Amino acid sequence: MTPDTTTGDAVATQVPIATMAAKGKGKRIQRAGRAPIGWYVAWVWLGAVVLSAVFAPLLPLWDPAVPDYNNVFGGITPQHWLGGDTLGRDNLSRIIYGARASLLVGICAVLLGALVGGILGMLAGYFGGRTERVLALVTDVVLAFPGLVFIIALVAILGSSLTNLIIGLAILSVPTFIRLSRAATLTVAQREFVQAARAYGCKPLRIIAREIAPNVVLPVAAYGFIMIGVFIVVEGSLSFLGLGIPPPTPSWGGMIAGGRTELLNFPHISLFPAAVMFLTVLSINYIGERTRKQFEVKESNL
Amino acid sequence: MTLTTPAGPALTPAGGASPAPKPGGRHRPALRRIRKRLVHLLIVLLAVTFLSFVVVDLLPGDAAVVVAGDNATPEQVQQVREDLQLDRPLLVRYVDWLGGVVTGDLGSSFRTGQPVAEALAQRIPVTFEITIVAQLLALLIAIPLAVYSAYRPGRLVDRASMTIGFGAAAMPTFVFGMVLIVLFAGGVSSILPATGYVGFFEDPLGNLRSIILPCLTLMIAEAAVYRQLLRSDMISTLQEDFILMARSKGLSARTILLRHALRPSSFSLITLSGVNIGRLLGGTVIVETLFAIPGLGQLIVQAVFNRDYMILQGALLFVAVAYVVINMLIDLLYLALDPRVRRDA
Repeated sequence: MTPDTTTGDAVATQVPIATMAAKGKGKRIQRAGRAPIGWYVAWVWLGAVVLSAVFAPLLPLWDPAVPDYNNVFGGITPQHWLGGDTLGRDNLSRIIYGARASLLVGICAVLLGALVGGILGMLAGYFGGRTERVLALVTDVVLAFPGLVFIIALVAILGSSLTNLIIGLAILSVPTFIRLSRAATLTVAQREFVQAARAYGCKPLRIIAREIAPNVVLPVAAYGFIMIGVFIVVEGSLSFLGLGIPPPTPSWGGMIAGGRTELLNFPHISLFPAAVMFLTVLSINYIGERTRKQFEVKESNL
Repeated sequence: MTLTTPAGPALTPAGGASPAPKPGGRHRPALRRIRKRLVHLLIVLLAVTFLSFVVVDLLPGDAAVVVAGDNATPEQVQQVREDLQLDRPLLVRYVDWLGGVVTGDLGSSFRTGQPVAEALAQRIPVTFEITIVAQLLALLIAIPLAVYSAYRPGRLVDRASMTIGFGAAAMPTFVFGMVLIVLFAGGVSSILPATGYVGFFEDPLGNLRSIILPCLTLMIAEAAVYRQLLRSDMISTLQEDFILMARSKGLSARTILLRHALRPSSFSLITLSGVNIGRLLGGTVIVETLFAIPGLGQLIVQAVFNRDYMILQGALLFVAVAYVVINMLIDLLYLALDPRVRRDA
């Protein structure tokens, strides 16, 4: 890992999301070479969450949707490792099935948002002028419209489903990706290889696809990775408000909200899903942060 | 701003030498930039309000049916629809509403008949207070930590606050709020109220007690991000030549950090803080729900569910205006803080 020499303050400032905008420039010696142990721990945790979510139907788990009246508020037992919830459903099983919803929403929304925002941002950065102004307008309109109202309205109009939630979150993330991708495009647009391609007579779209896109993908992907964590939290918040994934399907936010009424008597119902969500987002942030440092974009000199 | 308009000199008293050219000349690029921004933001405002009309129009469920009640006959519903002028085309209603806004009339709630301006006036101060107090707390915690961390990177304070910050940023707001409730309002101890809001003018102390937990909940993740942002900007600034110069003059570390390095390092922080204030003014819905606080966020969500179009439109207008005004303020702050921006814009 090379010590990074750029700072991305301009990019970071345009990212109104509660992610850590770490930029470890300076005299502080970078931990070069071997990654710290946390790096491996984070990957192991993420791997475990993803694998158990993917293979959930194959695992020997209780049915996450079936209430068991002997297990209402149940504690930790050999049968139910993480106890039962307010309806006696198995917590561990619901957490694992909830991971499917959370990860699906996070990953799909980011992929969609990054794809659309990335392309639009490259167009804005490469062509400038009117394209850029129009996109800046669109960006500001989306940012000035409260995201929650947008999601509520979308769900009300199109119906409450996983797909609609993903589309809504993706749309909300597009402005950020536009800005990020535009900034990355501006840094490479004047480089020699782009000018060479232009001198060859390449068409603009070909230049964007072949010359610019490979240089924009990495910073966008690194940021997108962190956005997965953000979206897991957002999905949790929406489910917490009763606006996310509709109830019979387990989701982390829904589970935390479900245990809220019994918070003082049976804290474990909320605690376990909250802890799993926390650790997952923490791992994503940590890995994403380390990765992102390498692809930071400097916009301030433009 | 009138200084840059061609009519500028006409504003000065006749016969007097026009004072305009010199300052006007110096500030011209900056002012032109601001004016361009203003036009841009005005278009944003129009677009957002129109978009909200469209979205509200697309919402399923008929406001007239909701307002007329369950037992209304079709004729009554039709009557209500005409009374509320919902039978007219979208564009006509929008222009009509816009005309009302320009003359200061936001209409009144479909359900309660309460004027929208009054409803907003009740809710906005609540959200405003929580937002501002939380922001100030976050900055109050983040700035000293960031400055010291940048001064001594890699040491205990830096690493400890980095670790805590990482945790705080990964913690969903509502989870942190629930933890606070368990700790301070009913679980481990009950020294603070878990829910409710007391107006400042009714009971200042009660007001303070009622906003502590919501503000802490909002503040924690932001403080973490602010610290991280300012720390890294500050570390870059500390490598600049003018810091070396200041050090070679023998200035104390405190002077260098606070008087020389802090201001040029604070731009990202100001931007992000402004963006956050704008975002939070649009509703701190989760915190408001968790702590049962009658703020703007709850008003908006209820308005969506109740199909209370007028309230919703008014609230969205406020949010968009807040976004635009804060963006303008950030631009102006840049001008005030950085002479380079003033010069070459």
